[in-house]
Amino acid sequence: MKTKWREEIGFQILVNGFLLAVLIAIVVPLWRVVMTSLTPLDLYNKSGVPAFMWPWDWSFAAYKQVLQQQLFLGAALNSAVITISGTALSLALTVPLAYALSTRSLPGRNLITTLILFTFLFHPGLIPDYLLVTRLGLQNTVLAIILPPAVSVYNTLVMRAFFEGIPEEIKEAARIDGANDLQILWRIVLPLSVPILLTIGMFYAVWFWNEFFTPIIYLNDLTMQPLPVLLRNILMSARLNEYLEYDAYTVSPVATLQSASVLLTMLPMLILYPMIQRYFTRGALIGAVKE
Amino acid sequence: MSQFMSAATTRVGRAQRSAHSSGGFSKRVRQLGLAMWKHRWIYLITAPTLLYYLVFKYIPLYNAQIAFKEFQPLLGIEGSPWVGLQNLEGFLNSIYFGQLMTNTIFFSGARLVLGMPIAIVLALMLHETRFAFFRNVVQTITYLPHFLSWVIMFGILLMLLSPSDGLVNEIIKSFGGEPIAFLTTPNWFRQIVIGSDIWKETGWSTILYLAALLSISPELYEAAAVDGASRLQRIWNISLPGILPVIVLVTLLRLGNILQGGFTQIFVLYSLPVYSVGDIIDTWVYRSGILDFQFSLATAVGLFKGVIGLTLIMVSNQLAKRFAGRNLY
Repeated sequence: MKTKWREEIGFQILVNGFLLAVLIAIVVPLWRVVMTSLTPLDLYNKSGVPAFMWPWDWSFAAYKQVLQQQLFLGAALNSAVITISGTALSLALTVPLAYALSTRSLPGRNLITTLILFTFLFHPGLIPDYLLVTRLGLQNTVLAIILPPAVSVYNTLVMRAFFEGIPEEIKEAARIDGANDLQILWRIVLPLSVPILLTIGMFYAVWFWNEFFTPIIYLNDLTMQPLPVLLRNILMSARLNEYLEYDAYTVSPVATLQSASVLLTMLPMLILYPMIQRYFTRGALIGAVKE
Repeated sequence: MSQFMSAATTRVGRAQRSAHSSGGFSKRVRQLGLAMWKHRWIYLITAPTLLYYLVFKYIPLYNAQIAFKEFQPLLGIEGSPWVGLQNLEGFLNSIYFGQLMTNTIFFSGARLVLGMPIAIVLALMLHETRFAFFRNVVQTITYLPHFLSWVIMFGILLMLLSPSDGLVNEIIKSFGGEPIAFLTTPNWFRQIVIGSDIWKETGWSTILYLAALLSISPELYEAAAVDGASRLQRIWNISLPGILPVIVLVTLLRLGNILQGGFTQIFVLYSLPVYSVGDIIDTWVYRSGILDFQFSLATAVGLFKGVIGLTLIMVSNQLAKRFAGRNLY
């Protein structure tokens, strides 16, 4: 019995040691970004970015400087508009389709499934989409960003799986009481589906908040660009002055400004993430373990 | 309104009863019509989504015909002259073809061969640890990077790899080495791409394996413990066989998507000095189509990739049915 215990302890040390190593590997890069953003100018010039700083040594000068930029605030507003309108539109289009596909008695259900699955499995590539958006005259509007990717097949199927789990009897009872499908969806199915709506809403919101490629190709005006595009310019530009007012005699080093911009762009995700985390693991599992 | 509704319901009910009594083509059409009428609200609310699919997913398929044309913006999609397979042949015979295929398959292959085993080991360790709180902490932290965009990842990589003040180069310098410009050096670019992808996605991809591990009956482990099996034997003989179907499915799914080289990641991270080792089909399509206005050529290449992808997915799906007993989709 004693050797068993020794083996078990040794095993747990190995397992948890591995997990600790993974944890450190994820945390160290994030920690470095945080420390870089907080390093004061004189310390940076003397010894670079320190591994650790007490809170009373932190300098928020870089954050102040970034947040004073009209361009940055404008980009944050653009991102908020894209994310909120995009998520609302996506949910408004996804919920009815998922509900239709979860209704087993619906004539044409298999045809609709085939038609949307085909678009999931076969993409003709970027250019045909680009020609469509330009032909519809959507360039330089928010619609060019939020309309083409509005409905995700994967998200629809995950939501359908959740709707299918709602007992038929509840819906049938409402139907006998004279409710139509619209009322059943609105008053019975949706209130029972808050976890999946939050999960899918979060997936869509993350997608729209992070989107930077379509804004680059469809929006010509710098003042229309969302945060990730501005951030990319700030990170890539050899001439930072075009995007952030900056000169060597004032407050912050380039790396500090860049990392502060990175963290400010991450911030909404960091705030949203813990709130919805317990829902999305469950939501993602529904899609994964379909019966 | 509700009176009309209940009247309609009764009518449908009566019609359904009578339709069951005898067959015949016109009866069946009538029955279908009534079934559709019964679901009219669903069709009504689904119509905008279906219209969306028609416009944004099926019109691009129609637009893809310019792959076989010499597209001239003034003549439009319909008016441009047909040239057959000339665009595709031009690409297949060009110097780009081999390099783009190599890079694309290298990236997706490395993600499969290196990324998947790490995710499986992490899932097994998360399953084995006895400290539930620690497990939750590790899960929460390792899932987080999945939600960060590649632009943010680019920023994080800069803070680590920048030759002037990146963490890795500080360490290299402190050991007396020369700083390395990792992101613009062809010898390092691929490692950075693969490594950053593993850093970002490994945690999130454990979800599938964890679900499979949790569905294994605890009695199997107890019985094995009674028989004196060690921890490693239990992992090898119970846990791994238990998640094997998921491993097979994920592998087949990745093989079906082997031509997805990870567009957004490459697009953010690459630059002219590393095109030779970093350029993939999708980034090339973007540059030749949108930047160089070779719409027909870029569409032909995109379509080529789409057709191969569809074929691979169908093959994978057949294999999944055969070896894992279910469809991929």
